[in-house]
Amino acid sequence: MTDTLIEEYESHFNALLAQPVYHLEQSQKEQLLLPLLNLLDRYHRQQCPAYKNIVDLQDGPSEKVESLPYLAVRLFKQLALSSIRKESVFRVLQSSGTTSQIRSQVILDSATSARQSKVLVKILQETIGKARLPMLIIDSPGVLKDKANFNARAAGIQGIAFFGRDHTYALDENMNIDWPNVEAFCQKYQGQPVLIFGFTFMVWQYFIEALLNDNKDIELEQAILLHSGGWKNLESKKVDNEEFKRVVEELTGLRNVFNFYGMAEQVGSVFVECEAGHLHAPLFSDVIVRDPFNLEALEVGKEGILQVLSVLPTSYPGHSILTEDLGKLAGVDNCSCGRKGKYFSVSGRLPKTEVRGCSDTHKVESS
Amino acid sequence: MNSAETLYQAFASSLDVDLSEINDDLAYNSFPKWDSTAHMILVAEIEAQFDIMLDTDDIIDMSSVAKAKEILSKYEVSF
Ligand SMILES: [Zn+2]
Repeated sequence: MTDTLIEEYESHFNALLAQPVYHLEQSQKEQLLLPLLNLLDRYHRQQCPAYKNIVDLQDGPSEKVESLPYLAVRLFKQLALSSIRKESVFRVLQSSGTTSQIRSQVILDSATSARQSKVLVKILQETIGKARLPMLIIDSPGVLKDKANFNARAAGIQGIAFFGRDHTYALDENMNIDWPNVEAFCQKYQGQPVLIFGFTFMVWQYFIEALLNDNKDIELEQAILLHSGGWKNLESKKVDNEEFKRVVEELTGLRNVFNFYGMAEQVGSVFVECEAGHLHAPLFSDVIVRDPFNLEALEVGKEGILQVLSVLPTSYPGHSILTEDLGKLAGVDNCSCGRKGKYFSVSGRLPKTEVRGCSDTHKVESS
Repeated sequence: MNSAETLYQAFASSLDVDLSEINDDLAYNSFPKWDSTAHMILVAEIEAQFDIMLDTDDIIDMSSVAKAKEILSKYEVSF
């Protein structure tokens, strides 16, 4: 029974892989995603008793993506949600814990992990291209060393590292910028395309501010800067996406700056910013904006809580998650960049007080 | 050294295991020492030994020693 469900899932998933990442219209895309998401829902009900208990009120396959059940993201902090046997656990991913003391736990088997890498590469190839570029990582090499306690920051770096060669770390173990290393990198690859990756607040605080404070002048006109992790830590500095891009260009000449939104609970199927400055849902994932009070799906332009869907996870029930992030849809199928499907923006975090200690999604509904 | 020996040697040194443990069936994710970090070291080693540049598709597809041979054939390395 279990094996046939997984086989069915694999065959749908492989068919999906043959489609273009950003060029299916929303209606076509939903036709492909819905059977996969329904299969995942059925599979996780079978494999994960905690998931079944939480979503049990709703039975049978959903007829629309919007009516699929979802889990509140904080459940991953409270429970070790797993759909696999202990001996199949390949890695347990911990959220980085920069904003909260309790960390999420995401349980991965080798199949889910391989799927995540493959899909991340397919999505980012659309932005970066297929060639691997010399890569400057705005982090300390120490972040990868703690293998027992593998966190989302390290996983993010490793995922993006596939796009790099000659990986160079910009920070030392104390998070101070390593100028000799950075300057040697810039000199070596002057005038060539390079890839820079880091977490948004770290790029700002440890790289951009260091450039300002130390009065350094470096040229990175040919570089692509990818960054992720949210703006929360930069709110007090009044830095938003536009300001970030403006200062980066002013200091380094770098114009290809792309933010991406993704969750530790859904590694791989990330939402990347386009040339027009919007986050796009790729082939493998989708986004629904929900009213904070009644959780109804909202139309374009209305701010609400983001629900994210991903067809990747089979080892844990993370295919449909209600986040604690606020945002709004900017449109569907009609972004000026040419990509199809939904595009959106993230405006911040749900204020803490609004998220009571909900043990399941239904309590959020009634609060 | 022929190409196969060079490749096996690259695997052995990148995964930090004895040459005798390397065979065509060896696969990523079923061999604990072959993790993402080792994979990137392996890619760099193969690129250096064969003087080629692999792209992102290649390194995602390179999930076993046999697969690595297949990918290298695209770059006119014969086994
Ligand atoms: Zn766009």
